[in-house]
Amino acid sequence: MKKIILAAAATLALASFTASVFAAEEVHIPKEQWSFNGTFGKFDRLQLQRGLQVYKEICASCHSLKYVAFRNLAALGYNEAQIKAFAAEYEYPDIDDEGSDTKRKGLPSDYFPNPYPNEKFARASSNGALPPDLSLISKAREGGPDYLFHLITGYEDPPAGMTVMDGMSYNKYFSSGNFQIAMVKQIEDDKVTYADGTKATTDQIARDVTAFLHWAAEPMLEARHSTGLRVMLYMIVFTLLAYFLKRRIWARLDK
Amino acid sequence: MSTDNSSTEKSVWRRAFEWHEARLPLVSFIDNAVGTKYPAPRNLNYFWNFGFLAGFVLVLMIMTGVVLAMNYIPHKDMAFDSVERIMRDVNYGWLIRYMHANGASFFFIVVYIHIFRGLYYGSYKAPREVLWWIGIIIYLVMMATAFMGYVLPWGQMSFWGATVITNLFSAIPLIGEPIVTFLWGGFSVDNPTLNRFFALHYLLPFVIFALVFLHVWALHIPGSNNPLGIEVGPADKIPFHPYYTIKDVFGIGVFLLVYFAVVFWGPNMLGDPLNYVVANPLVTPPHIVPEWYYLPFYAILRAIPDKLLGVIAMFGSILVLFVVPWLDTSRVRSANFRPVYRVFFWLFIINGMVLGWCGSQLPEGLPLIVGRICTLYYFLFFFVLMPVIGWMETPKPLPASIGSPALKAAE
Repeated sequence: MKKIILAAAATLALASFTASVFAAEEVHIPKEQWSFNGTFGKFDRLQLQRGLQVYKEICASCHSLKYVAFRNLAALGYNEAQIKAFAAEYEYPDIDDEGSDTKRKGLPSDYFPNPYPNEKFARASSNGALPPDLSLISKAREGGPDYLFHLITGYEDPPAGMTVMDGMSYNKYFSSGNFQIAMVKQIEDDKVTYADGTKATTDQIARDVTAFLHWAAEPMLEARHSTGLRVMLYMIVFTLLAYFLKRRIWARLDK
Repeated sequence: MSTDNSSTEKSVWRRAFEWHEARLPLVSFIDNAVGTKYPAPRNLNYFWNFGFLAGFVLVLMIMTGVVLAMNYIPHKDMAFDSVERIMRDVNYGWLIRYMHANGASFFFIVVYIHIFRGLYYGSYKAPREVLWWIGIIIYLVMMATAFMGYVLPWGQMSFWGATVITNLFSAIPLIGEPIVTFLWGGFSVDNPTLNRFFALHYLLPFVIFALVFLHVWALHIPGSNNPLGIEVGPADKIPFHPYYTIKDVFGIGVFLLVYFAVVFWGPNMLGDPLNYVVANPLVTPPHIVPEWYYLPFYAILRAIPDKLLGVIAMFGSILVLFVVPWLDTSRVRSANFRPVYRVFFWLFIINGMVLGWCGSQLPEGLPLIVGRICTLYYFLFFFVLMPVIGWMETPKPLPASIGSPALKAAE
C-alpha cells in the first residue's frame, strides 16, 4: 500500500510540477467566478445571449469570429427560426445564375463574417494594428477568461512619467504590449441595452462578453464536463473492483 | 496418453485451437510473454507498473492518433482550421484530440518514472544493458515523435518551436546548414516541413511499437529486476498472469483516473496558450518554450554560452544514459542498499525538476545561474559521482533471497 501511495504521489507530483511551470505570470490576474468553472461548470444561457449581443454591437465592428457559425448559436438557447432570422441579417457574396457577382442573405451554415475584406484594410482602419479573431481568444492568452475580463476593463490613466504613443491606450493588464494597447476603451456603463432587461454596468457587460467568448473558444465544455463525470464514475468503480480483485488473487500466495 | 479417449472428450473448439497452435503458437507466445509462463519476482513494487503503463499509453496514442489523422489536413493553410474542425464539428473530436494531446504529456510522465525506477534499482546493470539501451532508443524516438506531433496543429508555438529546434542542427560545423535545409525541405519551416513531419509522426509510433517488442524480448532473457536488486531463484518467482496482470489492470485504473481528470477538467493546463494562435512566420513570440517534457534539456542547451557546445551538451545529457551501466561501478544494483548513492540519486531527481523550471524561464538572471549549476550537477552525477561512489561506498548487506523480506512486506 505504501508503494501505491508513493507511486501515485510521484505521478501527481510530476503532473503538478509540470503544470506549475506555466503558472508564472508577469502581471497578477485576479481569478474571477465563472459559471463554467469547476467540476460541474455550465454556461449560463442568458449570459451567453447577452454576450452575443455585446459582441454583435460592440466587438464585431473590428473583430471577426471566424470559427463560429450561426447554427452554433443553438447552444445559446435559440431556436431554428431565431437563428435563421439572425443569419439573414448578414450578407454574403454570391454568384447568380448568369455568373455575375451578387449578394445573398446569410444562412445558419454561414460563419460570422470578417468585418474587413483583408488584413491591410484592417490595419489601415485600426491605426496599424490588426484586431485578432476572437474565436479562440479565451484559450489563446495566458489567464484565459480572467485575463480577458480584466483586459477589457483594465483601462486607466497611465502612471506618472509614462508617455503613451499616439492612438494607443494605457491598459494595466496588457503586459505583452508594454501596457499600450491599440484598442481604445470600449466598454462603459449602458453601452448596450440588454434585451432581457439586465442592468448594463461595465462589469456586467465585460462578464457577459467574456463568457460568450469562452463559449466560442470551448463550445464543447458542457459535453466535456458531463462526459467526464460519467467516465470518472466508471473509472472509480473499475479501479475499486480491480483493487479488490488484485488483493484476492494475491491472497493465494499467503496459503 | 490414450489419444483416442482424450480427443473425443475435447470440444471441437479445443481441437480447433490446438490445431492452430500447432501451426502458429500465437496464444502460447502471449502466454510466454505476459502470461502464466513468464515467472516474475514476487516482490515487484508499484514502480514496476510503469512499463506496462507505458505500453498501454502507446496503444492509446496510436488509436486516438489514427482517428485524428482521418480528420487532419497537413497543409499550412488548412492544418490549424482542420484541428478546430475536429474540436467543434467532428463527433467527440474534442475528446479524441484532448486525449491525444494530454496523452503525450502523460506518456512522458509514465516513461520518466519508468526510467527513474530503472536508475534507482540499477535495472541497467549486467545482464540487462541491452534492455536498457533499447529503452533509451525508445525514449529518443518518442522525443522525435512528440516534437513532430506538436508541430502539426500549426500554432505559433508549433512553428517557432520547430524553427528553434531544427535550427540546432545548424550548429554542426560545415554540414550544419545543408542539414537544416534538408530537414525543412526548403529554406524555412514551411509546408514541406509540415508534410514530412506529419508522415514521420504517423510512422514513428509503429517504429516504437517494434522497439517495444525488442524491449520486452530483451527483458525476458534475464527476467525482471526487483526492488532488492538480487538474483532471484524460481522459488521466489510467481507467474506474471494472473498476479502482475491484475496488478497492472489496477495500475491502469489509477492512471486513467488522474489522466481523465486532466483531459476533462484541465485539457489545456499542460499546453501553451500561444498554440491557439495560428502560425505566423512574421511574428516571433517573445518567449519560445518547448513542451514541458523537453524543458530540462532546453535548460542545459541554454546554460552553455556556445551554441555548438550547448547542442552537444543537450544531446550528451541523454546519450550519457547509454554508458551508465559502466559509469556505475557499484556491484550492488538497488539503491535501497546504497546509503550514499541514494542521497545523490534523489538530488539528481530534484536537480532535473529545477532544470525544468529553468528551461521554462527566460535565460537571464537567476534562472540562468541556477540552470548552469544544475547542468553541472547533471553531468557531475553521471561522470563523477556514479563511478566514485561506486568505489568508495560500503553497501548495506544484501539479503540472501527475497523470500523473507517479501513475506514480511505481505503480512
